[in-house]
Amino acid sequence: MTGISKNFSGVQALKNVDLEIVAGEVHCILGQNGAGKSTLIKTLAGAHLPDSGTIEWNGEPVSLHSPQDAIELGIATMYQELDVVDGLTIAENIFLGHELSLGGVLRTGEANERTRRLLERLGHGDLAPSREVGSLSAANKQIVSMARALSHDTRLIIMDEPSAVLDGEEVKNLFRVVRELTSAGIAVVYITHRLEEIREIGDRITVLKDGSSTANGLDVSETPTSELIRRMTGREVENVFPAATPIPDDAPLALEVQGLSLDGVFHDVDFTVRAGEIVGLAGLVGSGRSEILETIYGARRASSGTVRANGRRLRRGSVRDAVRAGIGLSPEERKSQGLLLDEPIFRNVTLSSFTRFARGGFVDERRERRIAAEQIDALELRPADPDRPARTLSGGNQQKILLARWLVNRTSVLLLDEPTRGVDVGARAEIYALIRELAANGDAVVVVSSEIEEVLGLADTVLVVGDGRILTTVKSDQIDEHQVLDLVMKGTAA
Amino acid sequence: MSESQSQTIAPAAGGPETPEPQPRRRFTAKSLLSGSIGRNLGLILALAALFAVGAITAGDRFTNIDNILVIVRLASIIGVISIGMTFVIIGGGIDLSVGSVMGLASVVATLSAIQAAADNSTWLVMVFTALAVGLAAGFLNGFVIAYGKVVAFMATLAMLVAARGLAEILANRQTQVVRIPEFIDFMNSDLLGVDMLIWIFVLVAVAGWILLNRTTFGRRTVAIGGNREAARLAGIAVRRHTMYLYAITGLTAGIAAVMILGRTTAGTSTHGTLYELDAIAAVVVGGTLLAGGRGTITGTVFGVLIFATLTNVFTQNNLSTSVQAVAKGVIIVVAVLLQQRFAGQGSKSQ
Repeated sequence: MTGISKNFSGVQALKNVDLEIVAGEVHCILGQNGAGKSTLIKTLAGAHLPDSGTIEWNGEPVSLHSPQDAIELGIATMYQELDVVDGLTIAENIFLGHELSLGGVLRTGEANERTRRLLERLGHGDLAPSREVGSLSAANKQIVSMARALSHDTRLIIMDEPSAVLDGEEVKNLFRVVRELTSAGIAVVYITHRLEEIREIGDRITVLKDGSSTANGLDVSETPTSELIRRMTGREVENVFPAATPIPDDAPLALEVQGLSLDGVFHDVDFTVRAGEIVGLAGLVGSGRSEILETIYGARRASSGTVRANGRRLRRGSVRDAVRAGIGLSPEERKSQGLLLDEPIFRNVTLSSFTRFARGGFVDERRERRIAAEQIDALELRPADPDRPARTLSGGNQQKILLARWLVNRTSVLLLDEPTRGVDVGARAEIYALIRELAANGDAVVVVSSEIEEVLGLADTVLVVGDGRILTTVKSDQIDEHQVLDLVMKGTAA
Repeated sequence: MSESQSQTIAPAAGGPETPEPQPRRRFTAKSLLSGSIGRNLGLILALAALFAVGAITAGDRFTNIDNILVIVRLASIIGVISIGMTFVIIGGGIDLSVGSVMGLASVVATLSAIQAAADNSTWLVMVFTALAVGLAAGFLNGFVIAYGKVVAFMATLAMLVAARGLAEILANRQTQVVRIPEFIDFMNSDLLGVDMLIWIFVLVAVAGWILLNRTTFGRRTVAIGGNREAARLAGIAVRRHTMYLYAITGLTAGIAAVMILGRTTAGTSTHGTLYELDAIAAVVVGGTLLAGGRGTITGTVFGVLIFATLTNVFTQNNLSTSVQAVAKGVIIVVAVLLQQRFAGQGSKSQ
């Protein structure tokens, strides 16, 4: 395989992008949301036809009219949304669309056997081929997705943000698998937001910005991070995390959590957050960190313990009570828990407050639009059109909608669960700056993130969560990433 | 209340900017196409096509104003129920019980005790009884669905069976004739040449449109149907609102019962049989997503009118009801296919 070269000029999505992939390499594609990464890989996967430009495969020009064409050439794609069918078994998923059959009768035994071999190759021989996919974790679903990609005679695998749903440990396993694939001569196109992953796994890198490539096949080991960020955003990002502002000693307690427990998930969680303070919860997926936020918010009903917001004791299991007391939650799953994707931005912004902009039950859309427009301005939300459906926005801007929602609602305690998941590097810095500004304006903020670096960089105080307990409470400048990890591992093992 | 109640962060750069002027809605051809007319374009065309077929095959018999009124009159009872159904479906639910609740309400309102009470005071007693029965059944549906967490399909299916049975018991399988002439006179009177039944339909449709598009209630309905979890986490009382939605369908079933009492001058347990299916078909043909979150009252009104016109065209041409049924089925599928095309342009852009 000599490599693929491709360049085509679409009107908007992609402009003369070149991409060359060599057998056995991990080629990373980096770019902000909307930079054209998805369009590019969909073209490679045969899902989009380029308007112009050529694709060569092993030196031969090819045209990919359908995903099936790409698969037959040996190009497999793992999409960002795990595209597995929950109700089918692992083997059925893997051979979906190209079932092994003899005269129309499924050869289940053969499929299971080949599935077992594929899983073993991926280091997951422990998964039974007949297991239902719905019962698997996100990480294992991804393994299934990867096994499916390998079930064809695959020479090139495209992975669209494979680490987005994974934990630290699971990412390590993913990398191990990727290395095995490349050592067998398979090329991997790896798409991610996370620069540190590119450092660890990537060989070469192509950077996209606004549909054009700003770097082609750079050697990862020779390119400094600041250079990548500059090429991706078109500007310098010096310090991602904003400087902390000192909290006045007399700042009142905005949130008090006492002895909060949720049976079987976490127990005896105590902490307080002062106005102007950012508290970060660090811990692994499944440590109970998201559940703690949701329970404070009343979205889950605590089995014991109390929550006070601005001195007012909240009714257990009542979101409405929490909202009235001035708490706002930006949930972990932005799309499924936070947004009305087909509704315009302004209605999403006012989702918690439209009753206040109503007279006698009649909503005042002009006023809602105006208020949303103010927030769009203040948060630099793009595109700045209150009537745009939320679905069409990038992850970072969708996150800003949720922040705007609580700003409009005069919220004084913000609970942010994974505020930068699926948000690209440039927009992350903006979100961090916004969160810090909110705190500086006197809001109390609780941040949960699976990225320890984010918790440490953003928070004033860090709570390390493991095994359903708070293991340590410490100032963020008195602990580093390794110490947190160490604590987390010990806590989970105990 | 003033805008200062919402906090804003100062814009990151620069001093105070002049606020951007309000985006005015300009009515260009494009904005109209993407607006309500565009959304309903398919429906308008379908209705126009049906009218053309009617005018060609039946000529003056079809196009005269009296016949048009007959069509709308035919549509009015199903129409009222469909308005209620629109709310439940936009809210992500379904109500199969409307037809039999309507039958039950018609029976209860014509029980001899109620009629005696109405005779002694005012015929409005019958009206209120029917509305109360509808509301009560709706609240019961809503309570079981919202708080008992029973799937709407099953809960309202149970109500469908039970309400019909209760109506049979109460009526003893007899037809109960309305003996209050004032009621019948009022229901069969007309205003400005238009039947009372049609006025009721128009009133309910307008009220429904305002409720859906201009009130917090409507906004909550769309939010819950569009993303139940997001609505809950935004602090909307999802369960209570869900219950209200079924109360609305119950109420419209009660109104429909009053209307059918006026038209047939009798209450019977068989009133409203299979109306739930006609109503659901009208709502879905009108462009409301069965999955919830999106839909319009205007679309529903068109849906109802399309079916009523179809029936009329067939009747004018002396075609059997069996042929009608087949045509109805075809129309449902074609309309849904077209709707998916139109809707797909809006939301699948990314």
